Amino acid sequence: MITAGIDMGMRSVKVLLLEKVGAGDTAASKYGIRQLHIMLPGELDQDQAADQAYDEALAAAGLQREDVTAVFATGAGRKQVGFAAEGITEMTAGARGAVYLCPQARTVVDVGAEEGRGMKTDATGRVVDFASNEKCAAGVGSFAEAMARALQMTLREFGEAALKSDRSIPMNAQCAVFAESEVVSLIHSGTPKNDIARAVLDAVASRICAMVRRVGIESEVALIGGMARNAGFVQSLKAAMGVDTISLTDMPEHVGALGCALLAAERRC
Amino acid sequence: MSARNNYPTEPLKLWGKAKQLREQYYANYAKARDNGGLRWSGSAWALDALPAGLGDDVFSLTGEPYAASIAHDRKFARECMDAAESVGFARDLCSYMRIYWGSVQLDRFLFGGKFPSPDFIFQTQICCSHSKWYQHVAGEEKVPQFYLDVGVGPYHELNAARLDYVTNQLHDGIEFLEKSTGRTFDDEKFIKAVKNEMRSTSRWADICALNKVRPAPLDEKTMYSLYVLATLSKSSQWCADFYDELHDEVKDRVARGIAAVSNETCRIISDTQPPWSFLKMFRYLESYGAVSVGSLYTFALQGIWEDQPDGSWGGRSLPWENGVEMNDRDTVLRLYADWNLSKPQWQHFFDPRLKTAMMLRIVREWQVDGVMLHLNRGCEGLSLGIMENRLGIAKAGVPVMSFEGNMGDEREFDEGRVRAQVDAFMEQLGLRRQAA
Repeated sequence: MITAGIDMGMRSVKVLLLEKVGAGDTAASKYGIRQLHIMLPGELDQDQAADQAYDEALAAAGLQREDVTAVFATGAGRKQVGFAAEGITEMTAGARGAVYLCPQARTVVDVGAEEGRGMKTDATGRVVDFASNEKCAAGVGSFAEAMARALQMTLREFGEAALKSDRSIPMNAQCAVFAESEVVSLIHSGTPKNDIARAVLDAVASRICAMVRRVGIESEVALIGGMARNAGFVQSLKAAMGVDTISLTDMPEHVGALGCALLAAERRC
Repeated sequence: MSARNNYPTEPLKLWGKAKQLREQYYANYAKARDNGGLRWSGSAWALDALPAGLGDDVFSLTGEPYAASIAHDRKFARECMDAAESVGFARDLCSYMRIYWGSVQLDRFLFGGKFPSPDFIFQTQICCSHSKWYQHVAGEEKVPQFYLDVGVGPYHELNAARLDYVTNQLHDGIEFLEKSTGRTFDDEKFIKAVKNEMRSTSRWADICALNKVRPAPLDEKTMYSLYVLATLSKSSQWCADFYDELHDEVKDRVARGIAAVSNETCRIISDTQPPWSFLKMFRYLESYGAVSVGSLYTFALQGIWEDQPDGSWGGRSLPWENGVEMNDRDTVLRLYADWNLSKPQWQHFFDPRLKTAMMLRIVREWQVDGVMLHLNRGCEGLSLGIMENRLGIAKAGVPVMSFEGNMGDEREFDEGRVRAQVDAFMEQLGLRRQAA
């Protein structure tokens, strides 16, 4: 039995195919990941992007659509996935996927391109409480990306640069527009790029942390979403949250799609 | 929790009358001077039984419900806010205040014609915006103004000195009314108005208490159109009589098991004023079988409550039913001050824990499954302490979510994002969309 999860994010479409592999008590013993796929839609509209990404994932796995028992979708564009049996919110999908990958996680932090959110979860991955950012870009990946561009760095270089800084420069953690003008001032004042990169990521982490504190921080903390790949941000978030470790996965962008596929397996199979 | 219920439902018979009374209220204000009457303005919390002592031809325009009515008209609301902001008022001020000021600035009345300027301002002061609001209006319209300070601490700490402080100001208020209008204050009319207000506000609480049953006979979206009458003219005979009628009708709905929402599966409460131009969010909740059965705001912005003999929360008993005589001015002013100072919605100005306790009481008594808190950027007063409330509610094990918005300024409400948050909260409560 195979189910699929599709995460229609702001920047990319993530597809995950899940396969039943056993009959244990836990999700981890019952299901295995068959295929991961990520696609940048480019100029495609969302309906086409969902179709294309799904077909590409199936082809890579050597499967046909009829081999899949159920497809669930999540993400901001989940309603555009016309062939999905159900739409699941990012909170529910992310928490379910995170606890599958990190069974001890009770606080899940999800920082993607346009949204940041924090979920408190139980041992089954069910959301107990959540908070998400409002009409503000100060706590999300696109802001970090824009600041990296301003410093003429890739996002990866930006994160690595922050790790080399040993200086903490306070920045406006509440407003991306003000923060950007602060970055420009720092550039003009000759502040080293490493320190600016750290200042930006500290500000994003501070914003995210303040939001997650609304639901309470309970160990373990897992970080999912594209920003989990940014080592500088992970370092800043640890410091802001006051935790020694943050659980990471090697597929942070696919956790929401995984949660969807798990829910599809539980509800439809 | 997702099994679909199918309770019988029917429209509220008094719906049309409530609408007609509201329209009449604004018409009375606008036309007051046609027959030599007077107009005054102040907030929905103004102690309006005092101006009623000036005669039966004295009509009010309460600022918050007026601005909320404008907020439904998104185009006019935006024009009003633009007008207020164009003369330099900051965008993060109370949105009701900006809308009202804009209506004055544009000299346009929502219900047609020029803005009918008041003859005087009569206002209470507990919210930080309230005095400045009407101080500006008084300046623009060049009319006399009176402010009553009611910030004397929580009701459970009320003592004789604090009550004297408010009562003495009420005496001053009568003096102000006589001097600024040239009319003689009529104690008989005043006492009647106080009794009307006590009837209105206690009866509204009784009506809200009827919503404790499952299925709820009223949903909050409907209640907004009913509680508003008390925000307009709680001391009027028509308002008190209407709530008596409404109580009878809602009681009858309870007896017959008539639901406000036929598929009621899950009960929630909200908090503070909603984003008025997005009330369809309540209908969206219903697609999950979730019904908002009220809020501390809807119940107690005007409702006056007390512990009932059985320990439950219900309408405060009327003084004259307890054998208290209401014949002389000072006694009635004192009772009137005490009555208003017990208003539940005033208590959180002094300590957010008092509000949390009341919200948890509502959760228990109204069989509530979850709480939705509106972080209302348009109202500093009622949003004060909401994050403290959130912590207290979550600590009690009650599912709670918060969303950002603004009661009057739609620029601060992101409908798509709030819907996504509602979806997540519904999933947290174990609900799934139900087919129409």
